[in-house]
Amino acid sequence: MRRNWSLILLVVLLSVTLIAGCGGAKQEEPKKEEPKVEAPKYPEKSITYVIPFDAGGQSDVEARRQQPHLEKSLGQKVLIEYKPGAGGAVGWTELTRAKPDGYYMTGMNIPHIILQPAQRSDAGYKTEDINPVAIFQATPIGLAVLNDSPFQTIDEFIAYAKENPGKITIAGSGTLSGHDIARLQLEKYAGIKTEYIPFTGAAPQLQAFLGKHTMAILANSNDLVQHKDKIRVLAFGSTERYEVFPDSPTFVEKGFDMLPSIDRGVAVPPGTPADVIKTLEAAFMQIANDPDIKKQMIEQGFVPKAMGQEESKAYIEKTKKQYLEILAEVKK
Amino acid sequence: MAEMFFTALVHIFQPFNFLFMTAGVTLGILVGCLPGLTATMALAILVPFTFTMDAIPALMTLGGIYSGAMYGGSISAILVNTPGTPSAIATTFDGFPLTKKGMAEHALVTSAFGSSIGGVFGALCLLILTPLLASVALKFGPPEYFWMAIFGLTIIATLSSKNMVKGLIGGALGLMISTIGLSPIGGDSRFTFGFYGLAAGINLIVALIGFFCIPEVLAMVEKITKERYKIAEYKPKKGVPLQVIKELLKKPILLLRSSVIGTFVGIVPGAGGNIAALVSYSEAVRWSKKPEEFGTGVIEGVAAAETSNNAEVGGSLVPLLTLGIPGAPPAAVILGAIMLQGMVPGPELFTKYGEITYTFILSLAVANIIMGFIGFYGSKFFARLINIPVNYLAPLIVFMSVIGSYSIRNNMMDVLIMVVFGVIGYFSRKLNFHPGPIVLGMILGPFAENGLVQSMLMGRASGSIWGIFFTRPISLILIIMSVISALWPFIAAWRKNRANKGGLETNA
Repeated sequence: MRRNWSLILLVVLLSVTLIAGCGGAKQEEPKKEEPKVEAPKYPEKSITYVIPFDAGGQSDVEARRQQPHLEKSLGQKVLIEYKPGAGGAVGWTELTRAKPDGYYMTGMNIPHIILQPAQRSDAGYKTEDINPVAIFQATPIGLAVLNDSPFQTIDEFIAYAKENPGKITIAGSGTLSGHDIARLQLEKYAGIKTEYIPFTGAAPQLQAFLGKHTMAILANSNDLVQHKDKIRVLAFGSTERYEVFPDSPTFVEKGFDMLPSIDRGVAVPPGTPADVIKTLEAAFMQIANDPDIKKQMIEQGFVPKAMGQEESKAYIEKTKKQYLEILAEVKK
Repeated sequence: MAEMFFTALVHIFQPFNFLFMTAGVTLGILVGCLPGLTATMALAILVPFTFTMDAIPALMTLGGIYSGAMYGGSISAILVNTPGTPSAIATTFDGFPLTKKGMAEHALVTSAFGSSIGGVFGALCLLILTPLLASVALKFGPPEYFWMAIFGLTIIATLSSKNMVKGLIGGALGLMISTIGLSPIGGDSRFTFGFYGLAAGINLIVALIGFFCIPEVLAMVEKITKERYKIAEYKPKKGVPLQVIKELLKKPILLLRSSVIGTFVGIVPGAGGNIAALVSYSEAVRWSKKPEEFGTGVIEGVAAAETSNNAEVGGSLVPLLTLGIPGAPPAAVILGAIMLQGMVPGPELFTKYGEITYTFILSLAVANIIMGFIGFYGSKFFARLINIPVNYLAPLIVFMSVIGSYSIRNNMMDVLIMVVFGVIGYFSRKLNFHPGPIVLGMILGPFAENGLVQSMLMGRASGSIWGIFFTRPISLILIIMSVISALWPFIAAWRKNRANKGGLETNA
């Protein structure tokens, strides 16, 4: 009897570990589907959708939102898997080495995929090897202060910074990251000098800012929207004024040639067949153009985008040029 | 408020909600006890399912998983010396020696009871003191994190009072391991030796699995001489749970202190159950009348660790619900779930969505009580796991170690790292290095590094780097605590000395 108990426990434990540990690889019974009229060959099995970050972040939120729609339009299971590490670099390196058969795709972030290979020779991948399918979500970066801050407008902020170079502290996420580049651009166009304090993610960055340990913050739109009652957005990184912050000017309005933003999309390994990419592109674009999904995204502080493969490629190319210029100036 | 309380109770005890929460607790325990499967992972997998549910059962299920996992981690810590989650590191110190003494059930019941008390305490603090405590979370800026890390490192003094030099070497080694990978500030690669996989750094859980599991398996295998060797014999005895609980109830100060430490550490965003349990364990040693018995298998050690890591759950939800800042990784996933339900953290949660929020908070307390019952009745079954002969158990643990370390980041590199750490762990154990200080260094390294650099940048802007480190009130408290803690072995020796002298005089 005692022996039985141990064995039962053992078997249960083993199976739980297997199921949970290999959840990503688990093949579930395909749903019964009505036979499609002109059933295309691809996809014939489940597709892995890798998120190169931890669960719960913006990329994950978007992937989870897309998952049921993708499964519906592709007619196959889409399995979300996390491969976090080195700010996404681990996941993107794996992507460039994965089999280009259309059953493996990874979320991509711009400017991450531009800045990482540009800064580190050991990033593991090259920007060109990230083969974009679509870009569907953006979080423009805004400059904000707390409600009780003396700075009412971006002009007051800049005037103070000019008089007191290096005295204004700005919280951001990461060194030479999207936030840091936004700071460098602001410094360049406004002719000011600030003290940028890098944190290791949105949570610690916001905590330091809300706790008044820094005077300002450069943060993604969804984080700004979440805290909109406590903060004043001095300038925002979109092309036109953002509807959540109608009183906040854009950087462009102020004459600064910058559109700081983190853009998210999806990519496949280099060498993936063109027709496979077309199928995936169509599935992602259909979701990106869905008015209900767009509305939901805006409510959460995201800016919906709908760029197909060609447009995404051109966008990455353009952004890369801009960012490399800034990097070159910094290194001087 | 009273009305809200009543409505909340009605929601909690609705059969559907209650069932889901109980299922959540059970699943949490299971996930928690398997090293490599974390509460964060279980929550992330389940969040999409909760999307179709109403907010109340959804949040109750997630809260149940979170609480259950905190307790579950102690089961493997106690039975096979492997923390199922980082929060259970301190549980191994006394839990496993108890198992070796044949008292596995004692340890398991202690853990369940302590977890329950801590969890309920944390949930009640969350219920009553949230507005007050929220401001504490914001007071912690980079300098405070730096000093908190320094205070944490002084725990080495109590953890390794028997051999201070080895403790300090271990701590330094841990700090160095924590610097592997991309530097958090600056983004340079450090000690990656050209492996892109190492740029991601050494994951704490992967290192823990290697450090604790592998040496244990090797130790088991070494000892196989008889045909059916076991780690320890567990013979079921009647009435153990009640006896243990009676004994624990005689130590209200220990339980209260551990709960307070757990809740407080939880409130500080970023500092999780692992730090809470280590600090609480170290304080238990410090204030015990028989500090030398800790580490040899006393239930106080298990109670201190487990009470505080469940109290941490309530604490970590304070900054989440009030400020939208997750205090710990699992809380980050719960934040996602809250937002998916269309609610935004902040004052609205306590007014407009008060019914949902108060139900969620109270359900945490109830979940912890359910967990206590599962532990109370289940411990004698869990304890039988160690009766599995080593020739089955050892491969089983190795199997779980490999899957666990792979599944953390879905990366083969982590399995290799786990094996390397296993070998290091085996030899360091042979050389009598306590794993505590090494792990402590790994946990606190990033806090110390980020805090130091960020504070220096802040100091540069404000014009005084020294000022930023030494003139802030919370920093000063932490500095004083660090000094006392670091000098404690000397203070303890002096007190003992004096007490002995006093004793002699009265005898004479």
